Amino acid sequence: MSNIAKALTGVWIAGVIAVAFLWLPPAQGFRSPEAARIVVFHVPCAILTFVAFLLNAAYSWGYLRTREPLTDAKANIAAELGMLFAVLATVTGSLFALEQWGSAWNWDPRETSIVMLMLVYAAYFVLRGAVEERTKRARLSAAYALLAFPAMVFLIWILPRIVESLHPSNTLFSRSGLDPMYRLTLWSFFAGLLAVFVWMFRLRLRVEIAETRLRQQMSREPETTLTGAKR
Amino acid sequence: MSRSSGWAREAIAVFAKDWLVELRTRVALGAVVLFAFTSVVASGFALEPPSGVPAEVKASLLWVILFFAAVAGLSRVFVVEEETRTADALRLTVSPAGVFVGKLAFNTVLMCLLCAVTVPLYLLLLEAPVRHWNLFVVVVVLGSMALACATTAVGAIVAKATTRGALFGVLAFPVALPPLLVAIHATKAAWVSENGWRVATGDLQVLTGFMLVIVPASLLVFEHIWSE
Repeated sequence: MSNIAKALTGVWIAGVIAVAFLWLPPAQGFRSPEAARIVVFHVPCAILTFVAFLLNAAYSWGYLRTREPLTDAKANIAAELGMLFAVLATVTGSLFALEQWGSAWNWDPRETSIVMLMLVYAAYFVLRGAVEERTKRARLSAAYALLAFPAMVFLIWILPRIVESLHPSNTLFSRSGLDPMYRLTLWSFFAGLLAVFVWMFRLRLRVEIAETRLRQQMSREPETTLTGAKR
Repeated sequence: MSRSSGWAREAIAVFAKDWLVELRTRVALGAVVLFAFTSVVASGFALEPPSGVPAEVKASLLWVILFFAAVAGLSRVFVVEEETRTADALRLTVSPAGVFVGKLAFNTVLMCLLCAVTVPLYLLLLEAPVRHWNLFVVVVVLGSMALACATTAVGAIVAKATTRGALFGVLAFPVALPPLLVAIHATKAAWVSENGWRVATGDLQVLTGFMLVIVPASLLVFEHIWSE
């Protein structure tokens, strides 16, 4: 990302935050209308969590097809970012739940599914830590990600249909759901956050590529790297 | 002979071979049944008198015990191949689909045996108030089958990892959670609901649907796990 794009992202996000706190009217009909603004930040985090989860599954599938080490690295990075945004979505959601429903945790189907998603990520990282050999690690973790995928689909799309949810459904895209002002701010924040997501993703990928190069060099010329390390 | 009956025959051969090995050593069976037995006895002892415990708690406890008992033994069927270094021979002689289906059948039967021993003992010791017996039996059979389906491929992953220790439980839990939640819900319905069948119909559909999704998904990735 160029410096201009980074600066623009910063200004954009700062602007959206200012709009959310200064211009956005309090949401009537909530227990504390002022606190309802957090929805604007909470929903984009949740969407990005699921985007990252889909990316992880897609890259895992891609890895099994191509056996390209970089695709495995991308799947791992998607999982890391997914974990980060899952934590953000959970914290913002809990704060709002405490304000609105009087308790930070209600075992609402969506709360359950995001906790399970974090468990899947945690298990994925544990598995990656448990396998030494690189190609084997890539293969096994990709297979695990693809096994966890249908289970998560069940939790995300089918569980809310069986159990009653506190979360509204179908508010993001339908006309009647969300106040237009809110919808606009929400998607603007999403755009800013998406830019941050892409930026972080590319940064992590650069680190990964640099590490790979370093490892290759070290295995090729052990003496020079030894003296390099001493210096 | 057609291709499909080829892997079906291989699966049956793998299944028979695994049971022969299992009956000689009884490692998986012993681990699973003893774990379940100990937990059931401990719960029965701790929750005395059981009449004071709500049926919801008892239903959840039953499935928690069954899940952890499954964790104690269901990866064995793959780990034993790596430990005795017979995995390569199996790879050479049997197609991946045959191996997977054979091991899946082994685990399913193991889970059903586990339930046959554990569930009656649990009902006896904890005085579970079963209202709809037919429904309860269907839920236990479908639920334990779904647990076996969810965890068999995870067992194959764990067998390949360098440090196996507690890995199986960690990896199996997220995948096995949907059937576990649904089975607990349906068990409650079979125990306390007036019209249990109507309450549990959706749950039984989800359990069946879950198996119909997770088994093809496992088959799809198993080839990549199994072949070096």
